[in-house]
Amino acid sequence: MTEHPKNDPRILVLADGDNVAVLKATIEAGERINLSGQRVVVSQTLGLGHKLAVKHIPVGQDIVKYGFPIGFAETDIPLGAHVHVHNLTSQYTQVEVME
Amino acid sequence: MTAMMAWPRQDGRKGIRNVVLVAYLVECAHHVCKQIARPFPDSDVQVVGFSGCFPSDYGQDMMEALCTHPNVGAVQLVSLGCENFKKIQLAEAIRASGRPVDIITIQDVGGTAAAVKAGRNWVKQAHAEIMATPKVEMEVSELVIGTICGGSDATSGITGNPAAGVAFDMLVQEGATCIFEETGELIGCEHVMAERAADEALRPAIIASVDKAAKYYAAMGYGSFSNGNATGGLTTIEEKSLGAYAKSGQSKISGILRPAQTAPAGGLYLLDVVPDGAPKYGYPNINDNAEIIELISCGAHAVIFVTGRGSVVGSAISPVLKVCANPETYDRMPGDMDVNAGRVLDGGTTLNDVGAEIVEKLVALGQGQKTASEDLGHVEFVLTYKTSAPTEPGCHPN
Repeated sequence: MTEHPKNDPRILVLADGDNVAVLKATIEAGERINLSGQRVVVSQTLGLGHKLAVKHIPVGQDIVKYGFPIGFAETDIPLGAHVHVHNLTSQYTQVEVME
Repeated sequence: MTAMMAWPRQDGRKGIRNVVLVAYLVECAHHVCKQIARPFPDSDVQVVGFSGCFPSDYGQDMMEALCTHPNVGAVQLVSLGCENFKKIQLAEAIRASGRPVDIITIQDVGGTAAAVKAGRNWVKQAHAEIMATPKVEMEVSELVIGTICGGSDATSGITGNPAAGVAFDMLVQEGATCIFEETGELIGCEHVMAERAADEALRPAIIASVDKAAKYYAAMGYGSFSNGNATGGLTTIEEKSLGAYAKSGQSKISGILRPAQTAPAGGLYLLDVVPDGAPKYGYPNINDNAEIIELISCGAHAVIFVTGRGSVVGSAISPVLKVCANPETYDRMPGDMDVNAGRVLDGGTTLNDVGAEIVEKLVALGQGQKTASEDLGHVEFVLTYKTSAPTEPGCHPN
């Protein structure tokens, strides 16, 4: 568990080589945050535990968290974008979002 | 560390609770059981049972394991009279374990009122009798502890589950028995997990148990993933699994247990909750309490329950220690939580310290302390139909 100096303190990169980070606290829509040494505007409010891309992730590439793949990118995911059910797909059982 | 004090049982195990169970052997006897237990405190007298009327080897095995659990001191069995449950076989197993046991058959004693009256009389006298048994000292090495996560969110895998893993490592180090479970929530971790097998033969068995779970859940049409998991930031089953896997800590895995089996010696065990063979009877476990009771059926004196979204459940028979992974959830419902693991996120504490706090609170349960869910009267119990597991040589002490 390392806090990246080039990242906002609310961002947690869990393992080296991860291409997503986890939020330790809510980030509001429109906030401009430090991410991978760049300034990025967060487009929607994201709560504790949600994931952001810490680099550009091309379609089809593994999403890596805890140092392990947790699925693959269903679309191209730009730096700073929310990574969740709309753009990350399981290699195993498909998740059904109920509401 | 002050010693734990526990009730000795004939089989050498010790109980940190001394509960009288009132057990229905078909749903038709459930109401009578609730009425029998009503005048007594939840901590002393608890209702469990098997609802189904059709025969079930799994139900029989589970009820026998639960009625002879070290935390149980005496059992009042309640039968309607025409169900298929083998009540004499169960009563004999309980009697052979040295516990007071009684069967009330509602159709024979003259109906509801007579059954309730007889049951209350027997329970009152049995409770007095078992509480007169002197307690003995109990070592940490004699503890059996289960772990489960429920109502998970993305904080579960960062704070609560790794802290539970630290607690497990400390307990295994002391010689205790630790059991982690839900192979359906270890999907994607099977190969890293197999590397931790204590012997070569166990490796393929670990991978096979997770493959079986993946196939079983695929046949059911849904994975072990809830709506709240996604709201809490979790996206895929493998992401949830990696977080859940952290509960197991770093110790070598000594073996695989099946429901109602006890571990042959101290160490870390994987509980395989998914039945063998073609999927039958629906989901392996319909909710968290169905999993908790399977951990308890393997002899767990207490269960560590890590939650992110905020579960409130406890269980019949064994205390459930609630570890809250999410600091926002903890602030919202502190009365239901025993440990605030979410403090790790803002640097307020470390995973090692939270792990040590979990062990300390588990030991305190053997020194008269109660969990939040016990104080709130939570004694949930769920037992459904399932295909019973074959006895596996090397995994079962008998």
